[in-house]
Amino acid sequence: MEVPLFLRGIVVITGKNMRLYYTKPPVLMFGLLFPLFMFFAFFVGRHLDLTTFFPAFLAMMLFFTASSVGPLITPWEKREKTYERLLSYPVTQDSIILGDVVAGAVFGIGISILVWIASTLFISVGITNWGLFVLAFILGTLSCAALGALLASPASDSPPNIMILSNLIRFPLIFISGIFIPLGQMEGWGLALAYCSPLTYLVDLFNAAMSGTSVFTPLTDCGVLFGVSVVFIIAARVIQKRNMMKGM
Amino acid sequence: MDAVRAEHLKKTFGPVHAVDDVNLSVTEGEIFGFLGPNGAGKTTTIRLLTGVLTPDTGNVKINGIDIHRHPLEAKMQMGVIPENSTVYGDLSAEQNLQLSGKMYGMPRALRDERVNEILLKMGLSEKRRLPVRTFSKGMRQRVSIACAIIHRPSVLFLDEPTSGLDVQSRRLVIETIHEMNELGSTIFLTTHNIEEANTLCQTVCIINKGKIVAQDSPERLKKMFDTTQSVEVSFDRPVSRDLFAADGILRAEPCGDKWRLYTDNPDQVLKYLVGRAERDSIGITSLTTSGPSLEEAFVQITECV
Repeated sequence: MEVPLFLRGIVVITGKNMRLYYTKPPVLMFGLLFPLFMFFAFFVGRHLDLTTFFPAFLAMMLFFTASSVGPLITPWEKREKTYERLLSYPVTQDSIILGDVVAGAVFGIGISILVWIASTLFISVGITNWGLFVLAFILGTLSCAALGALLASPASDSPPNIMILSNLIRFPLIFISGIFIPLGQMEGWGLALAYCSPLTYLVDLFNAAMSGTSVFTPLTDCGVLFGVSVVFIIAARVIQKRNMMKGM
Repeated sequence: MDAVRAEHLKKTFGPVHAVDDVNLSVTEGEIFGFLGPNGAGKTTTIRLLTGVLTPDTGNVKINGIDIHRHPLEAKMQMGVIPENSTVYGDLSAEQNLQLSGKMYGMPRALRDERVNEILLKMGLSEKRRLPVRTFSKGMRQRVSIACAIIHRPSVLFLDEPTSGLDVQSRRLVIETIHEMNELGSTIFLTTHNIEEANTLCQTVCIINKGKIVAQDSPERLKKMFDTTQSVEVSFDRPVSRDLFAADGILRAEPCGDKWRLYTDNPDQVLKYLVGRAERDSIGITSLTTSGPSLEEAFVQITECV
């Protein structure tokens, strides 16, 4: 009986998160506009081939949207004093974390698909492997949303503190992940750092799916993305359990 | 069967023993009061009983279901109103109740029916679609209680449910507790309001410094710790304390526009007061006697540990 109850808890928490945190106009606007402005800031006026950079842009979009709100949900709930009530429902801390991850993933997929569809009207973006493209979307949003849940783990009841931590980690990841400098052009420390970022493997997987060229094999990309998702979720679980009382 | 059974519960936070070897059992269908001074371990105990926290040692069973082995099944049996916890301010009362119903897996039709019924009972029908953040504290607490009882739980945990509420909201909360109990729910209530525990609860349990120090019916607890009774009297004009220097009156305390006289022999004090008032031509405007108070027992129990 516990498994259906557990799954139902995840679904209800996902729905609650989507309704309360993801469908607010500022969140939607920020999710769309921020990556778009980052894109303009780096690519406009530089005579770069947009088609070549589109997979990286899509990965950045997915990364920003899927990990945008997740870090803030638990601190918000603690600050508003709704977290304890949530824990007293027939859910566990695991269902809360997974509900946060799924909500982030759904939001990331939704917004990124919209952007992809809109982009196809202006840029010629082909897809050479649809299976890999779908897999990149799923594993990409899963890993980015899991990172969001992990960033929520310090679990203070102060969303601004979490926002600072979140940006301190998310921004550097963008610069070391082959989004603005292709992986093939990196060397030394830059390349070593790029290998450490899960976003690198997402960009590579999108490249494999859209242009057929990639640095790693798709299996490696998928394995790394799936692996870091699991590690992020387990780490979030351990840290959130330890910090449960903070801010409650 | 016990509705709630806790055995050897322990929880420490660093060097602090918040809950120290707590054993308690709540009989099915009773209203159980859980009292204690601030920081005694009430909220931690309720968090352990409701599965919000995991104990360091010990176990909890709700209707025979071990909450740490089967947390979801056990939580399905209960409704919880946590202390200081509230509902989602950005959602309306109706949306909060719908969300709560979904959490308990209630089908849509049943949810709709219960939501309408509870909102009406709680006097929130007209404001059902307004965001809860626009509500007063009392109204928010009503929504909070409604969320906890929407699935008619067999065990209802309430942590300080009437704290800081106005009289109307407090009465509504107490009425709801009685109604839920009449419908068969076991009630586990923590409160600072000793009088509330005295009038509501069949059993009262007192915790101090993380340990259970007394558990019995309010009447037996009162008799066990205090045999002093009191007489409250008010006069049609101010009187001095000297008036109460008489045999049988142990202590006299001003109490608003009245005097409270502590005694072992209320009959003797009543006779004295009536006689003295007649002699001094003072009018008695009110005269009541009361037995030993649970508050006195509570103070003695928690001070002597």
